[in-house]
Amino acid sequence: MSSVIDAESFLAIDIGSTTTRALLFDVVDGAYHFLAAGSAPSTWAAPFHDVGEGVHLALTRLQEITSRPIMDEGSRLILPTRPDGSGVDRLALTLSAGNDVRMVVIGLLEEVSLASARRLATTTYGKIVESLGLNDHRRQDAQLDALLQASADFFILAGGTEKGATRSVSKLVELVLLALKTMRPESRPRILYCGNQALTKKLKEVLSRYTEVFAAPNIRPTFDQEDLAPAADALAKMTVSLRGQQFGGLSALGQLTAGPVLPTAIATLRLVRFLSELYDPAKGVLGVEVGSHATYLAGAIGGRERLKVFRPLGNGLGMQGVLERISPADVARWVPMEVSVQEVEDYLWQKSLYPATIPATTTTLAIEQGLVREILRYAAQAFQEDYPDCAMTFEPIFAGGAALAQAGSPVQSLLMLLDGLQPTGVSTLFLDPYGLMPALGAIAAANQLLPVQILESGAFQNLGAVICPVSNAKPGTVILKARLVYEDGNEVKMEIRQGSLVPLPIRHGQTARLYLEAMRGTEIDPRRKTAGGFKIVGGLCGAVIDARGRPLSLPAEPNRRRELLLRWTQALETRRPV
Amino acid sequence: MLAQVTHILGLTSIRRVRTLPVSGRVLVASRQKVNASDVIAEAQIPSQHVLVDVRRALRLSSVEQAQRAIVRNEGERVFEGDVIAETGGLFQRMVRAPADGQVVMIAGGRVILEVQSQPVQIVAGVPGYVTEVIQERGAVIEGQGALIQGAWGNDRVAEGMLVNLLNAPDEEMTRQKMDVSLRGAVVVGGMCTDAEVLRMGEELPLRGLILSSMSASLVPVARSVSYPILLTEGFGRIPMNEAAYALISTNDKRDVALYTPFRPLAGERPELIIPLPAVGEPAADFAYFKPDQKVRISGAPYPSHVGVLVRLLPGLTVLPNGVRAQAAEVRLSKDTLVVVPLANLEVIQSV
Repeated sequence: MSSVIDAESFLAIDIGSTTTRALLFDVVDGAYHFLAAGSAPSTWAAPFHDVGEGVHLALTRLQEITSRPIMDEGSRLILPTRPDGSGVDRLALTLSAGNDVRMVVIGLLEEVSLASARRLATTTYGKIVESLGLNDHRRQDAQLDALLQASADFFILAGGTEKGATRSVSKLVELVLLALKTMRPESRPRILYCGNQALTKKLKEVLSRYTEVFAAPNIRPTFDQEDLAPAADALAKMTVSLRGQQFGGLSALGQLTAGPVLPTAIATLRLVRFLSELYDPAKGVLGVEVGSHATYLAGAIGGRERLKVFRPLGNGLGMQGVLERISPADVARWVPMEVSVQEVEDYLWQKSLYPATIPATTTTLAIEQGLVREILRYAAQAFQEDYPDCAMTFEPIFAGGAALAQAGSPVQSLLMLLDGLQPTGVSTLFLDPYGLMPALGAIAAANQLLPVQILESGAFQNLGAVICPVSNAKPGTVILKARLVYEDGNEVKMEIRQGSLVPLPIRHGQTARLYLEAMRGTEIDPRRKTAGGFKIVGGLCGAVIDARGRPLSLPAEPNRRRELLLRWTQALETRRPV
Repeated sequence: MLAQVTHILGLTSIRRVRTLPVSGRVLVASRQKVNASDVIAEAQIPSQHVLVDVRRALRLSSVEQAQRAIVRNEGERVFEGDVIAETGGLFQRMVRAPADGQVVMIAGGRVILEVQSQPVQIVAGVPGYVTEVIQERGAVIEGQGALIQGAWGNDRVAEGMLVNLLNAPDEEMTRQKMDVSLRGAVVVGGMCTDAEVLRMGEELPLRGLILSSMSASLVPVARSVSYPILLTEGFGRIPMNEAAYALISTNDKRDVALYTPFRPLAGERPELIIPLPAVGEPAADFAYFKPDQKVRISGAPYPSHVGVLVRLLPGLTVLPNGVRAQAAEVRLSKDTLVVVPLANLEVIQSV
């Protein structure tokens, strides 16, 4: 493990769809600190089609904030640090910018290799435009047309267990070969083969005459076993390589980095995996980000990695995906003031035209936060459908993205997460206001000390401990008896009723021990024993018991619903300890 | 900070690069005069193939035999019933083309015929001259005139006479205003919430419709009509910005071109072009915020208001709703100075 003895300063750049961020880390008083962030609009799209200008502006802003020269007179990055203190030692680069990657998934059985290939595809920033399996009943020429018309960037080819038969996979490869031969050379997709390894060598030999072929270990080595991680890394590499061709400036920047350029979601997954190993692996760690163009959930639990990227699905450039998946009426139900569904629909469409716009009024902020709740709800549901072993029980949960991290108050961020993700059990919610998650994930491979020290430094905002019991009791019934014992021996006792949202009297940074007695079959946490009490640390919102039930339901009657939404906000805002 | 730019210009030089997504045929020559709706390049994108398995059809035992039986070459055109493959001998067997098409590939004893393709065309979008031909891809078009860039469009193109129905930027476009005198015109309306207005435009027919804004629920109808629709501001009930309103008001009854693609990431925005017999200066596609710039505000509480940027505020500003953002002071009128997040401003390049 690295130590501060061989300390190096790190610059992390994240090129997002809307914003490019530059983050500076260095050693201060013997420990790594996050020093500052500079951001600027991303320039990968028109009129620049080059990431360079956005990066240059973000670095210029960072220089202004820190008064530390990072670029030389020719606007080149100073690497490594010079004796006068200018520059940085190492660079990490992550990106989520770019158009949707178009993917075709090809496998054998619908519920086996095709299902795994679909899950693999959702680890990157794109969408599945066609899928083809052994039980596809279309004529072979119709299948060929489907492959040709998909205008795909990638074909993901899976199928066959290890030491299993190869004939069926070969048949699919034959079709892929026909498609490649029929396509114009410039239209041919890159291929990721992650099926039966007995075929890898032969397949690479045949297909690489026509296109670039990447190979990864079998994502379905046995019928019952799925292993997406190595193939997800290969897919990440393919995505970065594609971006290098699609817009300028990236390849040159990529040559300066300490490690490989990573897609933002993959980098966050690395951090989450790292933290999961560092903390209690059984509890699991979740990273979630609602971005302009994409939303992702990255979880690690018991040594298993779980990543799902939803794209397009975001509160800016990803609005088209929102409008296809989420109804404006569902967004409107979270708004605590009188707005019509038409007004909400107009707002969402307008946001699709001006994706970088910031809500500047109370009403537009409420609409935007309603949208974030629905995006999170949709994403959490789909995540759990793909990974049934991942209930929304993680400790801790890290959340990022401008809408979540730059809300009007910490309570607003907390409520968006509780209402959207609807976690269960005991957790601590952290906010990532500077976009540190992917940066730390990208740096973790080169320096494991830095992420740990940054996490301990308070760069993430602790929103608070949350306890979300699950009960079938009727609303108003007492489901928990809580006893909060402070360090000085004083204690507070409370009864928690089904349907309530209760702030616990604990200040930011204060620690206490919480004893819970479950009543009427209430489950406090499916993954952890809470009988002997457990320590909690107050965050910006103190600590909260969310006994509103799962799934959370809102009254249908608009006035009652608005009143309830206001009551929940007031419960936390007015009783938030300072 | 880098700013988004919208052009609302009384006279400018407009240069647009138009290219096909795949290689095809360029239909114009250098220095040729074009109208906005002229097709300048086209390509055929294969959409349907037929796979003929010669080995199986002729019941041959090997791929080599099948390959030898095929009597066509790659690239050859065939018509329905033409022989594709045949065996020799006394009891000759044949495989015929199931449809008109082109042989695109012969391999493994199989023949792939492309039997249908879809044409892809690109239009000039700007009335002007071809200044450069890009081989097999498209051309560069240059024109002169007034230019108004919109916020959204339904991806159509047309030319016609501009008829301005607006007496104020915040007027509503209603079906009562639609009559037969508008036939063939590019009509300027205001805010629209009635789908019937768009349908009536199709029946008349209009050559084009410019609205300040419309309800988002009208999008499916707007996408179904054959004439171009341009929204200067976007969705909801938003009045037309003063700069666009003033320019439109002074160009009533002129011949105009309306091209309404909406592919902002690719740099294609809906545009109203009013050709003028004068030479203008090209306008920049990007700008950096600085004092004295004319800016337009997007989003509440001042949607589509145009003002002058007074100063960039240092650090982050806390907005009334608690959100913190980089912001600027914008003067909307002599007595009205407002603070707006930079993200909600775009620079209006206007003359």
